[in-house]
Amino acid sequence: MTDYFYLIPIALGLGVTALAAFMWSLKSGQYDDLDGAAERILHEDSDAPIRKKSPTP
Amino acid sequence: MGCCGSGAEFAALPPDARAKGEEVLLASRIVADGVRQTDLSVPAIHCGACIRTVETALGGLSGVESARVNLSTRRVTVRWRADAIPPPFVETLKLAGFEAHLFDIESDKEDGTLSELIRALAVAGFAASNIMLLSVSIWSGADAATRDLFHWLSAIIALPALAYSGRPFFRSGWRALSHGRTNMDVPISLGVLLAFGLSLYETVHHGPHAYFDAAISLLFFLLIGRTLDHVMRERARLAVKGLAHLSARGALVVQADGTQAYLPVSEIRVGTTLMLVAGERVPVDATVIRGASELDVSLVSGEHTPLPATIGSQLRAGTLNLTGPLTIVATATAENSFLGEMLRMMEAAEQGRSRYRRISDRAASLYAPVVHLTALLTFAGWLAATGDAHRAVTIAIAVLIITCPCALGLAVPMVQVVAARRLFESGVMVKDGGALERLAEVDTIVFDKTGTLTSGAPRLVRSGETDQGLVAVAAGLACHSRHPYSRALVEAAVGHPASPVRFDDIAEHPGYGLEARAGTDAYRLGRPEWALADSAEAERISGDESVVLTRNGIHLADFRFEDRLRVDAAEAVAELKAIGLGVEIVSGDRETAVGSIAAELGLPYVAAVLPGGKADHIAGVEASGRKVLMVGDGLNDAPALAAAHASMAPASAADVGRNAADLVFLRESLSAVPLVISVARSASRLVRQNLAFAVAYNVVAVPVAIMGHVTPLLAAIAMSGSSVAVVANALRLKGRQGAVRSGTASKQLPARPVLGAAE
Repeated sequence: MTDYFYLIPIALGLGVTALAAFMWSLKSGQYDDLDGAAERILHEDSDAPIRKKSPTP
Repeated sequence: MGCCGSGAEFAALPPDARAKGEEVLLASRIVADGVRQTDLSVPAIHCGACIRTVETALGGLSGVESARVNLSTRRVTVRWRADAIPPPFVETLKLAGFEAHLFDIESDKEDGTLSELIRALAVAGFAASNIMLLSVSIWSGADAATRDLFHWLSAIIALPALAYSGRPFFRSGWRALSHGRTNMDVPISLGVLLAFGLSLYETVHHGPHAYFDAAISLLFFLLIGRTLDHVMRERARLAVKGLAHLSARGALVVQADGTQAYLPVSEIRVGTTLMLVAGERVPVDATVIRGASELDVSLVSGEHTPLPATIGSQLRAGTLNLTGPLTIVATATAENSFLGEMLRMMEAAEQGRSRYRRISDRAASLYAPVVHLTALLTFAGWLAATGDAHRAVTIAIAVLIITCPCALGLAVPMVQVVAARRLFESGVMVKDGGALERLAEVDTIVFDKTGTLTSGAPRLVRSGETDQGLVAVAAGLACHSRHPYSRALVEAAVGHPASPVRFDDIAEHPGYGLEARAGTDAYRLGRPEWALADSAEAERISGDESVVLTRNGIHLADFRFEDRLRVDAAEAVAELKAIGLGVEIVSGDRETAVGSIAAELGLPYVAAVLPGGKADHIAGVEASGRKVLMVGDGLNDAPALAAAHASMAPASAADVGRNAADLVFLRESLSAVPLVISVARSASRLVRQNLAFAVAYNVVAVPVAIMGHVTPLLAAIAMSGSSVAVVANALRLKGRQGAVRSGTASKQLPARPVLGAAE
């Protein structure tokens, strides 16, 4: 029974981490162009998301 | 590619109004200090090589900071320095082999609903997986103390998840109830909340059964359906609304003191004097007081030959000024102009249209009362039989959980999302799922002629005697004009040796043609009676659809133009007839023009129809019990598009028509029409199968629930099983996908991307 006291928090913690990671990836636009990402892997150029690319003068 | 030696010279001439610099500027927004962003819709992008070609082509333009293709949405985001003039995006892409449409940023307002749904989905997914994990150990026979602990843990996870992820359903259900109606969200909300309440009660009283897992996984599955439904509508809405505006946004007004100002269309009064340069659309109905030009009226009346305009001519709002600058006086305000008249007719037509109810709404209106009544009767029955209120409530709630329309909530949106995805890949945008349902019922198709069955742009009629060398000479002149006939000549000369004659002093005489000098010779390209010195010879050649090339007034060649059928119009029509649909043509063009096209396709036709007549014709056909799909592009088609059971418009259609249509097809090919019909029909078949499956599932599961044999384990298995079955069935949708893809892919793949891939 006492095992639960650290096993369950670990399990839930992992779940929450995954949820947070998903929310972050969603927000950072990683799901905006799923088809394009599959094709871009074939090119050598940089494939950074556009927001990173634009320099502010 | 260009006729004048270098492609750049040709590209410098805007193909039409939508590509102009200020249009690009209007449709862009400032994203960072000194950087503007423009979005373009490029439907032909379909592979990695295309991405590379487009990004390299646009990135190479001066002033462009970055260009990035989004393959999923077939859009390009370009960032350029705001201090420079807008780079020629559309022209560059056209040269690279891609048709591009300017995207209007204003309609691209960020909609929070989708991200709210996805976040709700993520939270529900997290909670469902964790609660399910705990539930499995309970079902496997955990002892009472562990079970209680796990129930409490489940409750702690479920409560916030329910409060967060359930909101879309609770809100919509409450809204329906407060209006005295019921929808699918009412049984969903009720089922979920009661299941949670009962489980909490059980947990507090150390009961053996809790339905936390059922409540949350139900939400999870339903949110999937809801999110998919939303994604589909949102994408189509953006794609359609974002296409460039074809109507004038403003006009150059000559004020009382002689100064000129650019004013929005809404501020133009009757009697206002306006300047209209070549390439602009007429903003309001007006009369010409100075200048001469030719007008493209194809979007307005369906006539494909340009009409001459001189002093005193009446212009209709929406027509395109082709060759010369005009000074015009407004004879009506924007609301009273032709466009406003069309909008009023559209509203009237929509009121007459029978209100279509979505199939899921019809199912819900039957389903909800039946489910609630069954649960109530179960409760009353068990209470009467045993007198045990707790047991009666438990079983009644089990009935509600089992009948919760989980599969039903997925049955329709899942199929429609798969169908919309298939159509999207073929360049067709669906506005909403209801359009697909209506399309499947269609049995008659009414086509507009100009711009729909035909490409809307005249092409050179090649006869045996047409000398390619003379075509090249004519094209060398024609590339200095934006008249449709000139463009047709330029198009005809592409791929052939350029003109040997070098022209100087090229001048365009609006309403007549082009004049130029080459050495001592004077060349003229234009109307026969103007270009030819011999008037007797000029009378021999009909003036409206012909252009003559002369040297010093002596006839060199004459060219005839025709509005040609779209490439595969004949195949598309034959295919539609083969599946037993009635096909006809209703056009505003002249009898002879419509007749020849109709004869070529073997279709019945009605010609010279006024815009109101089109809508009346549709209403007449619908009154005889048939369901009409209207395919049209013009302003004059808009009332008919609104009146028809379902409607389709090409991307080149007038704004009003495009917004009235249920579907918009972005590619040139008319094969979109049979494709859409076949996809809609197989989607409708799958939806029916799914609904039948959901009913069959209930017929089996509900008696078990009423008997009181449903445990949380059984509920979880039944629910997930039915959802997975429904989703799997939806994925079977094929339509005619394979055939169409291979057909269009080879045609639309331009040479340059292939080279790009090879390098």
